[in-house]
Amino acid sequence: MVGNPNSGKSTLFNRLTGLRQRVGNYPGVTVERHVGVLDVDGRRIELVDLPGTHALSAHSAEELIAIDVILGRMPGTAAPDGIVAVLDATNLYQGLYLVQQLLELSVPLVVALTMTDAAATAGITIDIDRLSARLGGVPVVPVVATTGRGIDTLRIAIAAIDKSEPPLIEPAWPALRDAATRLLDGTAEPAQRVAVERLLIDGPNASNQALLDGLGADATTRLRRAQDELFGLDPPLAAEARARYAWVRAVLADVQAHGARLAGWRTRVTDFVNRPLPGTLGLFLVMAIVFQAVFAWATPMMDLIDDSAAALGGRAIGLLGDNAFGSLVADGVIAGVGSVIVFLPQILILFLFIILLEDSGYLARAAYLMDRAMRSVGLSGQSIIPMISSFACAVPGIMATRVIPNRRDRIATILAAPFMTCSARLPVYALLIAAFVPDESVGLLNLQGLVLFGLYLFGIVMGVITAFVMRQTALRGPKPPFALMLPEFRTPNLRTVMIQLLGRVRVFLRRAGTVIFVVAVVIWALAYFPRSALVAAERDTAMAEAAMMFAGEELAAAEADIDNRAAARQLEQSFLGRAGKAVEPVFRPLGWDWRVSSAVIAGFPAREVVIAVLGTVYAVGDEADESTLTERLRNSRHADGSPVFTLPMVIGLLIFYACCLQCAATLAVIRRETNTWRWPVFAWTYMTVIGYTGALLANQLL
Amino acid sequence: MSTNGTTLEGLGHGQRGVIRAVDAQCPQVQRLMTLGLVEGAEVVVAGSAIGGDPLELRLFGRGISLRREQARHFSVTPVGSGD
Repeated sequence: MVGNPNSGKSTLFNRLTGLRQRVGNYPGVTVERHVGVLDVDGRRIELVDLPGTHALSAHSAEELIAIDVILGRMPGTAAPDGIVAVLDATNLYQGLYLVQQLLELSVPLVVALTMTDAAATAGITIDIDRLSARLGGVPVVPVVATTGRGIDTLRIAIAAIDKSEPPLIEPAWPALRDAATRLLDGTAEPAQRVAVERLLIDGPNASNQALLDGLGADATTRLRRAQDELFGLDPPLAAEARARYAWVRAVLADVQAHGARLAGWRTRVTDFVNRPLPGTLGLFLVMAIVFQAVFAWATPMMDLIDDSAAALGGRAIGLLGDNAFGSLVADGVIAGVGSVIVFLPQILILFLFIILLEDSGYLARAAYLMDRAMRSVGLSGQSIIPMISSFACAVPGIMATRVIPNRRDRIATILAAPFMTCSARLPVYALLIAAFVPDESVGLLNLQGLVLFGLYLFGIVMGVITAFVMRQTALRGPKPPFALMLPEFRTPNLRTVMIQLLGRVRVFLRRAGTVIFVVAVVIWALAYFPRSALVAAERDTAMAEAAMMFAGEELAAAEADIDNRAAARQLEQSFLGRAGKAVEPVFRPLGWDWRVSSAVIAGFPAREVVIAVLGTVYAVGDEADESTLTERLRNSRHADGSPVFTLPMVIGLLIFYACCLQCAATLAVIRRETNTWRWPVFAWTYMTVIGYTGALLANQLL
Repeated sequence: MSTNGTTLEGLGHGQRGVIRAVDAQCPQVQRLMTLGLVEGAEVVVAGSAIGGDPLELRLFGRGISLRREQARHFSVTPVGSGD
């Protein structure tokens, strides 16, 4: 399935294959491979959804993959038996450029004409039969992917694809075809010929080097001669564009009629948002709404989850008894994993907004509006999309930097992306803010929401400064290019949004279920063992004394106190405690005690784990206590009795979090996208140093 | 003012123009040509971001944005007096 980006291809793919799709990877690269299955008339069809592309000349890693698959030279993927060309009815001009290139492959083809409803609204009428005729007789099936209209016809057409003749049309540029045929010494298999045509236009590169070598001994010289003959001094891509668009215009004149544009609220909104000032202000407004929503709306759900987890833990101890296994289940697993699950509502809301913004076409407009600002720090507007994606998770955000053609610009964006407050930082922020920032209102805004917004802003500022400095120094170079399609605004398809959201949630839960589960258990074990007989003995003695001195409520309070202190001492001499104490001197100027140090260190592989560790570390100390982590943090004390979590220390901790690259997955993705260990190591070191310094300054100076 | 020297950059808001010639030496401009900005194509200037850069054009009904410095490479013949 091939088509322009934003042509409704993904929605159509989801319609055709439903949930019967798998996501994998193409070999050696991080481009996602979407494969689905559809059954028609007893035939089983495997449908591969290729990344959106405008033409068979690649400008990004994803387009390169699409082209390689189309030309049948992707290892592990067979050459296509047929192609479903997705053509956006509101954008025939650009769409037909690609379709024409596909037709010249002589592979059986079906055209799915999408967004026919939007075309009608825009006053566009298309003569389907004439279009089909101009495209060499291939079936053209109008569909509306969102409602499902036309899908059945499309399915039947796809099933019949190998029974139809390959399309027969005149080449838009006969001279190109002749030159390619000559280079191949006559063998005329279409896919190979097209590959050689691309070679003539794009020149030798990584993808077609093998092809060039296969052309014979003096291939390079013959290639260059053919190129000189064909193009002269004219850049090949320009010549191709001229030739093919001439064909496109002729077809359009024959096939499409443009009536009056029906005005509707959507066009009015588009026109309004197009104006520079309202557009930019609108962007800030949207961002502020999202952040406020993330913090405020999720609270009732989060409280529910929090209370349930605490109750469940207490019940587990009751059932299993106060022993190692009971503690493992209640304090290790439930407390640890539960303290991360509690943030699922917030993450859901955040991801929902980002998906909505992306699917409605708004993110592209944001890139266009922000381009000028981005340029002042040496980036381009296209960096905004990876950066905004990084607010959900830096891993896909960094992968999205592939849309940035300029390598230096890409790396600068990759280095800035981890500073964007990702959804894994959110639990830590939310916990600390809920515990230590008063829940008051400043005018219309909630103070806690404001602090959260401030932290997001801080991350953005740090990221921008990083990109700027890098572009001025190590990554200095020419300004990056910029050509962006601005899709029409459309209401996102609810089904597609839900499918994407579920996918994200599944990834998050999988992380919680596996990595965090394992780490929670490991941390629990490090905190539980070794059991100190001495501490147990002291506790028993103190309990006996208290029973003699107090009674009733006083006794209960005294017992709780003894329990807490015994648990604290037990924890101190456990493996985790010893590790925390060992590094304590390093973190003492930051105001951290060994518990905080332990939790932060344990969090370096994956940020969310910090909450799990804090949950575990504090839960282990209190057996019968069902109070939440928040209260335990507030009550935490240093050896000298002073509170651990003072405001300067908390601010420092928040700054540390904002800056630290605590995510093994992010490091792995940086390594893959930059192809070297230099950049991930640099990013990690740089961010850790800044985080440490920031926390130090905050604690000492405030 | 002679219309011979007008480029895309010089078109005003809402103005229409037909591309007359393209200085296609740089790859970014070639990319724009692949997207349809070729000789004979009619564009309308739909707006710009703050500061007038980048520009937003409508090309056969579709929004496309490009920077002023890229717009300079496209010579146009203005058409009519805008929409």
